[in-house]
Amino acid sequence: MSPTRQVQDPAKRAMLLTALYIAQEQYGHLSEEAIQRVSARLGLSPTEVLSTASFYTLYNRQPSARYRIQVCAGLSCHLCDGAESLERQVRQKLGLAEGQDRTKDGRFSVETVECLAACDTAPNLRINDELFARLSPEATDALLDRLMKE
Amino acid sequence: MFEKVLLRNAGVPGSERIDVYLSRGGYQALPQALARTPAELIDMVKRSGLRGRGGAGFPSGLKWGFMPTDPAITKYVCVNTDEGEPGTFKDRQLVEQDPHQVIEGVIITSYAVGAHRAFVYIRGEFFDGMKRWVKAIADAYERGYLGRDILGSGYGLDLSVHRGAGAYICGEETAMIESLEGKRGQPRKKPPFPAQAGLFGRPTLVHNVETLCNVPHIVQRGPEWYAGIGTPKSTGPKIFCVSGHVNRPGNYELPLGAPLREIIFEHAGGVRGGRAIKAVIPGGSSTPMLTPDQLDTPMDFESLAQAGSMLGTGAVIVIGEGTCMVDVTRRIARFFAHESCGYCAPCRVGTRRLAETLERVETGQGRPGDLDLLAGLCEGIQGRTFCPLGDAAAAPVRRSLELFRGEFEAHIRSAC
Ligand SMILES: Cc1cc2nc3c(=O)[nH]c(=O)nc-3n(C[C@H](O)[C@H](O)[C@H](O)COP(=O)(O)O)c2cc1C
Ligand code: SF4
Ligand code: FES
Repeated sequence: MSPTRQVQDPAKRAMLLTALYIAQEQYGHLSEEAIQRVSARLGLSPTEVLSTASFYTLYNRQPSARYRIQVCAGLSCHLCDGAESLERQVRQKLGLAEGQDRTKDGRFSVETVECLAACDTAPNLRINDELFARLSPEATDALLDRLMKE
Repeated sequence: MFEKVLLRNAGVPGSERIDVYLSRGGYQALPQALARTPAELIDMVKRSGLRGRGGAGFPSGLKWGFMPTDPAITKYVCVNTDEGEPGTFKDRQLVEQDPHQVIEGVIITSYAVGAHRAFVYIRGEFFDGMKRWVKAIADAYERGYLGRDILGSGYGLDLSVHRGAGAYICGEETAMIESLEGKRGQPRKKPPFPAQAGLFGRPTLVHNVETLCNVPHIVQRGPEWYAGIGTPKSTGPKIFCVSGHVNRPGNYELPLGAPLREIIFEHAGGVRGGRAIKAVIPGGSSTPMLTPDQLDTPMDFESLAQAGSMLGTGAVIVIGEGTCMVDVTRRIARFFAHESCGYCAPCRVGTRRLAETLERVETGQGRPGDLDLLAGLCEGIQGRTFCPLGDAAAAPVRRSLELFRGEFEAHIRSAC
């Protein structure tokens, strides 16, 4: 091993994923400042922290919308009229143009995710931390109506 | 009718609570296990024939036997709750509805391999599962099933939960170990295998949630009872996750070797709308498809290998007549392109090109040489990647091209 390489404390390093979750919770997203703080606390370089954070999809570098809608694009949901057709319906309802993934007021964002391990209740989508299952077009409509009124 | 073993508590009101688990005979295998020597337990698991339920089907007893027996060496056990293989939803149900069954399995397993520290790695998206794990572990500590001197045996074990952050590859055991160490979830080179040098360089045993759930039952009812379930080489019960075009999607626990037809028609209620079956994915989206003439295949490790596929995680995805197979194949390829960790070129570039090419064919922009290109890409990936994800991406595409070549050709002329 090269002598210039800083020896890391493995126990500290192992805290990184948890620390990133805590920072994300506190700052709303992984801002520059959040990354700086995590690196200072764990004795890692900001580049190292960023490199690890960017590997994982659940860490956000940008602030999230109030309602973050994640449509399952997995095969089972796709076979049950979910995935693309569900996404299309959601986007239409929210008035999103092609290539636009956030409403102008910043309240809703739409993205697709891979299998949520709930294929028995397909089609599924998630809003923030909550799973909405067995979504018929009518149920999706009602769900979005409710959120849009809030 | 087959009496459920692993899912016997699932669906019982309050099944996630320790009192309900105890009232249904839970934590009775643990004192029996602690009264035996680790060597006896390893031997029992070997005789039971238990094989890993995380996808590879490796004999569990053999894996336990690879762990060094020297008590001076620190060893770890990891519980793989990263379930992300499309079509699979069994570990989530086990953890959400019967977490103590998993914990009892973890304690016995850790005792048998001489580990005093175990880690749960849970998929970041499983909020409810995370809460269940945390609560169940706290209750197990309070009742003396975890911590120092478990049930007065002198044996101690600590168990904690660690949350992943959204990366399918972290289900691969060495990638999971990297992630537990706070790093990018890139697979490690093997050897050394985790049993030699795993988490923090220590010998580590990684098991899938469903595998661990079998352990208390093997101890309590004996390896001979266990080996009597299933086929001679694929023993025990298995949870089949059935989804897609069926009337009653869900988890069905049956002996290994149950015919695919029985699973689909007797348990999952047959195909929706009374349609015929076009194809079935037998073990999760990385396993090659079967055709309707293969519906009598027994669902066990050997029979599925013989049928040109794999048991994988036992996730049966039923595809009804009238479904566009180019579309299905494109969906599968997109998943792997998205989940490639990017470390090795054949997988990083190959999966992306497979997905792009299939996207093009699906939308009617296909070019004359595209099918050969796809076959060539599969060739370039299979057997040439750093971890098994590459093969998992190429095999289903290859099979689908063989089975439905005409449909792909028609698509190149015009989209459906
Ligand atoms: C790409 C990839 C993803 C995997 N994902 C999972 C997973 O989500 N859950 C799991 O238990 N095993 C998964 N595995 C298998 C693990 O590497 C490992 O074999 C398994 O956890 C061992 O446990 P078992 O012997 O109980 O099956 C995956 C393997 C690969 C190659
Ligand atoms: S095969 Fe794919 S997932 Fe595996 S190491 Fe290579 S790039 Fe990563
Ligand atoms: S495919 Fe949508 S939950 Fe599995």
